[in-house]
Amino acid sequence: MSAPALLSVEGVSVDLPTPRGNLRAVDQVDLRVAPGQTLGIVGESGCGKTMLSRAILQLLPKKATLTGRVRLDGQDLTRLGAEPLRKLRGRALAVVFQDPMTSLNPVLTIGSQLIETLQEHLEFDAATARKRSIELLAAVGIPAPEHRLTQYPHQLSGGMRQRVAIAIALSCEPKLLIADEPTTALDVTIQAQILDLLAREQRRRHMAMIIITHDLGVVAGRTDEVAVMYAGRVVERAPTPALFKNMRMPYTEALLAAIPKIDAAPHTPLPAISGRPPDPTRPIAGCAFSPRCRYAMADCHQKKPALASAASSDHQYACFHPIHAAAGACV
Amino acid sequence: MAVLDIGIDTAVVSPVKRKRRVGTLFWMAITWIAFMGVASIFADLLLAHGPIDMDMLERRAAPSLSHWLGTDGLGRDELARLIHGARISLTVGLCAPMIGLSIGGGLGILAGYFRGRFETLVVGSMDVLLAFPPLVFALAVTAYLGQSLFNLTCILGVLGIPAFMRVARAATLSLAEREFVVAARALGASHARILIHELLPNVFLPLLAFFLLGVAVTIVVEGALSFLGLGVPPPAPSWGSMIGEGRESLELAPRLAFIPAATMFLTVLSFNLVGDTLRALTDPRQGAL
Repeated sequence: MSAPALLSVEGVSVDLPTPRGNLRAVDQVDLRVAPGQTLGIVGESGCGKTMLSRAILQLLPKKATLTGRVRLDGQDLTRLGAEPLRKLRGRALAVVFQDPMTSLNPVLTIGSQLIETLQEHLEFDAATARKRSIELLAAVGIPAPEHRLTQYPHQLSGGMRQRVAIAIALSCEPKLLIADEPTTALDVTIQAQILDLLAREQRRRHMAMIIITHDLGVVAGRTDEVAVMYAGRVVERAPTPALFKNMRMPYTEALLAAIPKIDAAPHTPLPAISGRPPDPTRPIAGCAFSPRCRYAMADCHQKKPALASAASSDHQYACFHPIHAAAGACV
Repeated sequence: MAVLDIGIDTAVVSPVKRKRRVGTLFWMAITWIAFMGVASIFADLLLAHGPIDMDMLERRAAPSLSHWLGTDGLGRDELARLIHGARISLTVGLCAPMIGLSIGGGLGILAGYFRGRFETLVVGSMDVLLAFPPLVFALAVTAYLGQSLFNLTCILGVLGIPAFMRVARAATLSLAEREFVVAARALGASHARILIHELLPNVFLPLLAFFLLGVAVTIVVEGALSFLGLGVPPPAPSWGSMIGEGRESLELAPRLAFIPAATMFLTVLSFNLVGDTLRALTDPRQGAL
């Protein structure tokens, strides 16, 4: 990566105290995102994707402890006071959540949610804020935007609501947009529209974007780089084309295999990943994926593989017996 | 190539404004409350008799043109006492829940949002207040501070705080976990802004419904306290004390107890009806999933 990073996550770990012991939700994650670049974070439920995004936003639950550094534009967000952080949010950092049913306030009109955000952050007067809101709603593809300002969230469909949530997130021209499973709660037909909308607005505003998803199909054509997470750690990181062409980590392969294929014969069983993710309150000595891995050898259960690169410097993976590269060693 | 182009900027079907029927019962309730309100405000202009003017020659007189609802055991005009009693009952009934709403509601929202030690402290002190027998509390306060309309309102108001706190806290607890609160924080909203702008409008609806219920309950409680002689001091009339005084002449003139009782019943019923209907009407989530 040649461009200076807009966001750099350095050795970030998140620990959550639970009644059953300390839960390490995010474990030593390093990431970089350059302006105008899209990073996809992929992983199954409970692998720490959302906690990582909350750590970047500094919106972790009160009891959680964060170690490591999150730098945005050279500023370390973890050391920033409450007030500078509050000013930074919205203007530099914005987020789109998974469920547009709950991410909009049910008792306020679309207009008041959008207009007052603009007034608060950009100090627009009421008329300018209203005009800008209508422009924003039109930009995210909402028909009759003026009419929508007076409507409540429940009067809009799920896709429309997600568009409104995107409009609110974009309202203050953030430098980095975090989309936390932005299409999970939506219909498949709407998913593509929303993802295209995000990509279009990203290009237009030259902002950096992080798409968090459990669906490799979502990141395939729309990201520059993909980080695959498992049990709180990044287990493979590569430019998107390299990852799909030449994946090294067995977990990535298993994730990809689990996507239903349209050309498969009817009633073909889906290749699911057997077993369950490890209990994050009980650390495993070896590779966290080893109990479920088809290629696991004795050393996988004893030592944790580090995230390292072999052939090219921008393709990193954490595996002792990567696919292809060590094809002879694996069965 | 024939591509089906479903442009999203095609015609918009504006949602049909659903007419929400409220029913005649609601309007009857509103009319009754409005009637009682207007009558008690303009009592001095409307009534020929004062509520404490005694006419010893006309004790327990039957309804007539000069005394529309007759007179009570001391020859006082029953209608005048009923309307002046409404003044007191409505004042206490509206002001006392207002105290509960503002203090209890405020504490509940703060406790539900900030959690932690503050919540423990608030919930603990409310439990103490709840555990205190209300009648003993009322007796103690009236014994030290004396019987007056103001003291009565304060007692009933303070006794209502825990209930409002619980309603507000319960609503806030579930709302504070919702994503729109996190979304607001992610957009840089301050605590004050989240509390006032995001949470208050959501918590206000259940609180308003509870407030109207509180009005009804307070009117009944005020009646009970006055019946026991702990309400506003005599000779000032209140519905409860009128029922209490009417009890002494139940065989001679049962209407002296039944008229204020019926008035109180209708008023309480009206407040409950209006509260329920308003809640159903103003809840924008009604149409949601």
